[in-house]
Amino acid sequence: MRVLPALCLLLVGTACHAEAPQQIIQTYAADAAARQPGFTPSAKRGETLFRQHFAHNDKMPACTSCHTDSPLNAGQHAVTGKAIRPLAVAVNGERFADPAKVEKWFGRNCKEVVGRACTPGEKADFVAYMSAVR
Amino acid sequence: MKRIVLSLLLGTALPALADRLPLPADTPASYPAECGSCHLAYPPALLAGGDWQRIMAGLDDHFATDTAVDTQKRQEITAFLERHAGNAGKLGNAGDPPRISTTARFVRKHREVPAKLWHDPRVKSAANCEACHRGATEGRYSEHDIAIPELKR
Repeated sequence: MRVLPALCLLLVGTACHAEAPQQIIQTYAADAAARQPGFTPSAKRGETLFRQHFAHNDKMPACTSCHTDSPLNAGQHAVTGKAIRPLAVAVNGERFADPAKVEKWFGRNCKEVVGRACTPGEKADFVAYMSAVR
Repeated sequence: MKRIVLSLLLGTALPALADRLPLPADTPASYPAECGSCHLAYPPALLAGGDWQRIMAGLDDHFATDTAVDTQKRQEITAFLERHAGNAGKLGNAGDPPRISTTARFVRKHREVPAKLWHDPRVKSAANCEACHRGATEGRYSEHDIAIPELKR
């Protein structure tokens, strides 16, 4: 009988892990819908954002500058050369698991690459793409 | 006899010690989390205290990137770096902005590396310790464990 609570905890733990990207998408999507009624996250728009070139930073004009053309691949920092683990949830379960970490990196990378803060809608789309890409 | 054995032991142990630069046991979790994503969480002994202070005071323009952290983390990381900083006299001038790769110690240790290798796609920059020092993340910098075949010895 003592096994049962432990088993429940284990199941809840697993479920939380798998649901984290979805929860992060939902939080950003709700934020986006408040500004733009009817907003629904789109993995396709997320992919467009991932591949878009911005005229802000010539060393890293796009997400792909460090993360390569496929989020399934390991990347390399465009300036320092440090290896970067893949962005896609399918191959890196640690991605998009911690909302604070996700927000921190959107903060840094949008400012550096896009040249402005990303909108909640863009963030929802981006995480949707990273969760869906196989 | 004992003295000879001891000095022999010391003689073989000291060069090995110089290759070992693991992060200190009291490293705050914020250090690798905030400073170890874009580049290696560098061993604090590789820069002098004053240079770490200058680095930490200018995080909003850290080599052209805004890497600012909140005040609590900044203070925690700065205190840690200063606590374990290297000896300014032994390291040599790190320049402005301070760079580990500008210090005389770094330059001397890497004098056998051909200039073109620093820009090799496998290396990319002197910031990328792990490109050559396979064990850098664990603090191993032995010249006998180099990932680039041309530099093997």
